[in-house]
Amino acid sequence: MPDLSDNILTERGLPPSGAGRVLVVACGALAHEIVALKSLNGWDHLDLQCLPAILHNHPEKITDAVVAAVEEHRADYARVFVAYADCGTGGYLEAACKKLGVEMIRGPHCYAFFEGVDAFEQRGEITSFYLTDFLARQFDAFVWKPLGLDRHPQLLEMYFGHYETLVYMAQTDDPALTAKAEACAERMGLTFERRFTGYGELATALANA
Amino acid sequence: MGERKKNALFLAKDSFMAEDDEIILSELNDEELVEQMFDDLYDGLKEEIEEGVNILLGRGWAPYRVLTEALVGGMTIVGKDFRDGILFVPEVLLAANAMKGGMAILKPLLAETGAPRVGKMVIGTVKGDIHDIGKNLVSMMMEGAGFEVVDLGINNAVEAYLEALEAEKPDILGMSALLTTTMPYMKTVIDTMVEMGIRDDYIVLVGGAPLNEEFGKAIGADAYCRDAAVAVETAKEFCARRHNQMNA
Repeated sequence: MPDLSDNILTERGLPPSGAGRVLVVACGALAHEIVALKSLNGWDHLDLQCLPAILHNHPEKITDAVVAAVEEHRADYARVFVAYADCGTGGYLEAACKKLGVEMIRGPHCYAFFEGVDAFEQRGEITSFYLTDFLARQFDAFVWKPLGLDRHPQLLEMYFGHYETLVYMAQTDDPALTAKAEACAERMGLTFERRFTGYGELATALANA
Repeated sequence: MGERKKNALFLAKDSFMAEDDEIILSELNDEELVEQMFDDLYDGLKEEIEEGVNILLGRGWAPYRVLTEALVGGMTIVGKDFRDGILFVPEVLLAANAMKGGMAILKPLLAETGAPRVGKMVIGTVKGDIHDIGKNLVSMMMEGAGFEVVDLGINNAVEAYLEALEAEKPDILGMSALLTTTMPYMKTVIDTMVEMGIRDDYIVLVGGAPLNEEFGKAIGADAYCRDAAVAVETAKEFCARRHNQMNA
């Protein structure tokens, strides 16, 4: 069983493991959910490799990191699937995947495919800030500290002054995590909304991987 | 930060110290004060910047000179260190906030004293996007460089840009986006300008974290500006070229 501690998923990711014939190259922020889906569905044909989730904060580095991972391991597998959405790469990841001949997940971000991309886009929310289970657990590492809010709380208004709501897209029913997400909203001065999404289109994408 | 700290240490060690090691800004000569203001801007000390601005004005400095030599000079160092990976976004924002404090004092005085005007810009974040940190930095640095800036704020539909162009008759239209989902809207604005036959009446500059030069070219902008300092330089260059063409 790989080490799924959040700090490792954030900073280092996971090397490929298992004896499957399909490699899933995923964002570390999706590791828990993919492992849960594998277990739930008996998808032993899927091996999981995770890139450091903190790339989320540096989307310009995601495409190169994914391409390197696919190229390094594709000879060992019958197929590779990329468990990323666009994730701020501005279409570069999609173009790279097309060039590599590998599939990826549709949509702008993980929270969009958790909810369902069409439903997410239909809402047209522009003043909402989103957390998933992983991001709720790693709020300090992904939001508070990189933005310097631990040292300079006076910057909050400059960063989030136009936001209104923190939407917690919940993959699991975890009251403690819901409370944590709500506390994040309070720290940001935003109203709180919880939407249970389950695994959404991550499940359907992996079922076809 | 090492480079900027040296000056403060030098001042503290040598002669301008109060007993509790505080630097008394009013006791510094002009050159030392400007150097100290660079340090204070770097450290995001808004009150100290406001005090420095008032001291220089009190000594008879023209508002435009305070702006360019003390504030813009200091922010240029901040911008350079940001580009070089020495400073990060939070520190730049603190510096910008300090500069904003100084600008608030200078702005009405600049209007009164008829400071030189390099050009005029209408700027706004595109429809669907509420992020304005980069745009605000560009606005401030453009104002610091002598541009008149009309800031349309966030979430601007094409109609808002067109109305502002018509009403303000600027040299430059600036558009900003932080999201990959909203940046294509810049093309909608530019395409509409082309359809209306007004595209070439304006210099169109675009910026925002997910953009790049290739995107700027693809949508028909005149230039992509990767940060506020580049935006100022690009705007100056295009305006100079434009004025030369008009005078030719």
